[in-house]
Amino acid sequence: MTGYLLAILMGVLGGFIAALAGVGGGVIFVPALALVLGLSQASAEATSLLAIVPVALLGTWQQRHTGEVRVRMALIIGIAAALPAVGGAFAGHYLPETALRIVFAILILAIAVRVWMTAGRRA
Amino acid sequence: MSKTRAESPGWSRRSLVRSLTQIHGNTTRLILIAAAAGLFSAVAGVGGGVVIVPLLMALLGVDARVATATSLAAIAAIAIWGVAAYGVLGDVNWVYAALVGVPALVGVTAGVRLRQHLSPVHIARVFAGVLVVAAVLLLVLR
Repeated sequence: MTGYLLAILMGVLGGFIAALAGVGGGVIFVPALALVLGLSQASAEATSLLAIVPVALLGTWQQRHTGEVRVRMALIIGIAAALPAVGGAFAGHYLPETALRIVFAILILAIAVRVWMTAGRRA
Repeated sequence: MSKTRAESPGWSRRSLVRSLTQIHGNTTRLILIAAAAGLFSAVAGVGGGVVIVPLLMALLGVDARVATATSLAAIAAIAIWGVAAYGVLGDVNWVYAALVGVPALVGVTAGVRLRQHLSPVHIARVFAGVLVVAAVLLLVLR
């Protein structure tokens, strides 16, 4: 019961972060599904992607009047990502991905530093 | 030439990119971003936004506000492709998706309201913080 409650709270947090940071919320959803609800990693990632769909759609809809959603950019990225997303899903299902994860983690940290450092200069 | 680049590499590169996009359009860059985001979202399971936001800022010169809002819209489409692939493989747990995803709708509504009061700089810093969390989870979760 506490597990379900925690998962619900993490869901709220994931949606909150999705809106603020422009990510899907998977950063919070995946640990909620894998660690709290006990899904396997592959199943947690797949289920997280499903949870992201309505979150991203609603968040985009709510921002439709702000002028911040560049529809043409989003459509090109969203459509062109189809093949790599499907290819990546199969890779995630069949490949052991430890090395890939470490590389991604280092890459993400480098991006984080760059975004933080340049944030003030862009204003 | 090398002296000029050493003085202000980031600024000159970005303004060059910006002027190029005005002349030639930016479809190629967007497709490159899409390829990176699609692969990343499905393999790492942390979502394509982690790469879409910084690439939109770096390659297209938009601020963090526009980058995050546009990224969220693109993610809606990317997640649908990913679910379609995973659905075929039978990995999706529909009940748990609702358990997490429905409360998230409350969270996203609150987040959209809050971000109207944040500057692009603050949004960029929140995003950087989320990246650090994502990197830690990538290393810890298996």
